[in-house]
Amino acid sequence: MKNPFGKITTVEHVMDFFHDGMSIMFGGFGGIGSPPTIIEGILKKDLQHLTLIGNDTGFPDIGIGRVVKEGRADQIIVSHIGSNPIAGKLMSEGKLTVEFCPQGTLAERIRAGGVGIAAILTDVGLDNEMVTRNKPTYTLEGKTYLVETALTAEISIVYAKKADSYGNLIYDKSARNTNPLVAMAGNITIAEVEEIVPLGQLDPDEIMTPGTFVQYVVPSQGVNWKWVWE
Amino acid sequence: MGLGVDVRNRIAKRAALEIKNGMVVNLGIGIPSLVPNHLGKDQNVMFHAENGIVGMGASPKQGEEDENVCNAGGLPVTVIPGASYCDSSIAFGMIRRGKIDVTILGALQVSENGDLANWIVPGKKVPGMGGAMELAQKAKKVIVVMSHYDKAGQSKIVKNCTLPLTSAQCVDMIITDMAVFHIDHDGLTLREYFSTTSIEEIKTMTSCSFQIDKDIKRIIV
Repeated sequence: MKNPFGKITTVEHVMDFFHDGMSIMFGGFGGIGSPPTIIEGILKKDLQHLTLIGNDTGFPDIGIGRVVKEGRADQIIVSHIGSNPIAGKLMSEGKLTVEFCPQGTLAERIRAGGVGIAAILTDVGLDNEMVTRNKPTYTLEGKTYLVETALTAEISIVYAKKADSYGNLIYDKSARNTNPLVAMAGNITIAEVEEIVPLGQLDPDEIMTPGTFVQYVVPSQGVNWKWVWE
Repeated sequence: MGLGVDVRNRIAKRAALEIKNGMVVNLGIGIPSLVPNHLGKDQNVMFHAENGIVGMGASPKQGEEDENVCNAGGLPVTVIPGASYCDSSIAFGMIRRGKIDVTILGALQVSENGDLANWIVPGKKVPGMGGAMELAQKAKKVIVVMSHYDKAGQSKIVKNCTLPLTSAQCVDMIITDMAVFHIDHDGLTLREYFSTTSIEEIKTMTSCSFQIDKDIKRIIV
């Protein structure tokens, strides 16, 4: 296939952009919609001291959970770790710093980062000290709001059903979840996709993430984990 | 939670009565997930999932699961005609904007004025709040379904929550294995109780005082 924008590449090539101590934002919710081939690449490269940002830590053997399980992350910003007991264990042993963020606020912080907004104001979480700790508040028309800062990352990794060679993306059903937001928030965004088609093969009306946000597209080698119900 | 399947279904059946035709409903895990089994066949309800589904249907048959159609707990579901998918930002936009009519969720503690604690036991269990704060704070009606007391025999309905709050003054209704309480500006009111217990026993097992509705109803089990 023609590669007029040079975006279509291999997992081996994009792994050159990953390094110890970096921040990685990942799409997916409970592992669904997380890119399996890129995650496998991260595991193989033996990366250390990562900061991971995404909805949750998946399951120990599903999604980003595998990276957390192997102790590759020092810090995570997530809404939930309950489905990955190893994340909880590492946190209680002091080996993993966890910033918990209410799920909708987290999505909006990522979106804000992706669309060039510095922070959002929200009243969600005002009743819990774990959420409000060290955050400024702002009073607007007599109501108090938390200032929740935008999130970006050195690299965002997302999973899509289809891409064209410009990196325009279409996601699949509930595997969309955080992916369109995460795709916008990376300094470099890498999309792992099930199918790559030539330019013109996607209906412009159906594109969910414009390729403007996507620097690299790599073909997926399929999911290499068992789902929880299997 | 330690409740038998019959008791769990009894709670779910009572919660299902709060769901009216045309509503958008978000269900937590555990007992809330049993609620759809108790809805009438002719009821049109859109079940919302935080991971970006409006219009969830029943569980798929074994072998027919689609890994890309799952609920917020990561388990496979189906979608009904009229369903839609969206990203997490939109899914939570619906919640914050007040488009969710009812949320039914579990709890560790509920206070007499409707404070909810349902996601953290400091030093023991810290799974993260997920989407619970948005749902508790922003759904039009918050229904808690839970066992009346914990494993140590302590009432989960309390004067003041000792656990960190998910959200203050957000719970409208509590359905336990013993009784149904409403919470509004007048405080906590016992409106219904199951025939397996008595008002006296409920008073003993509840660690705060409550009013008793003048039209209190006994639900025959």
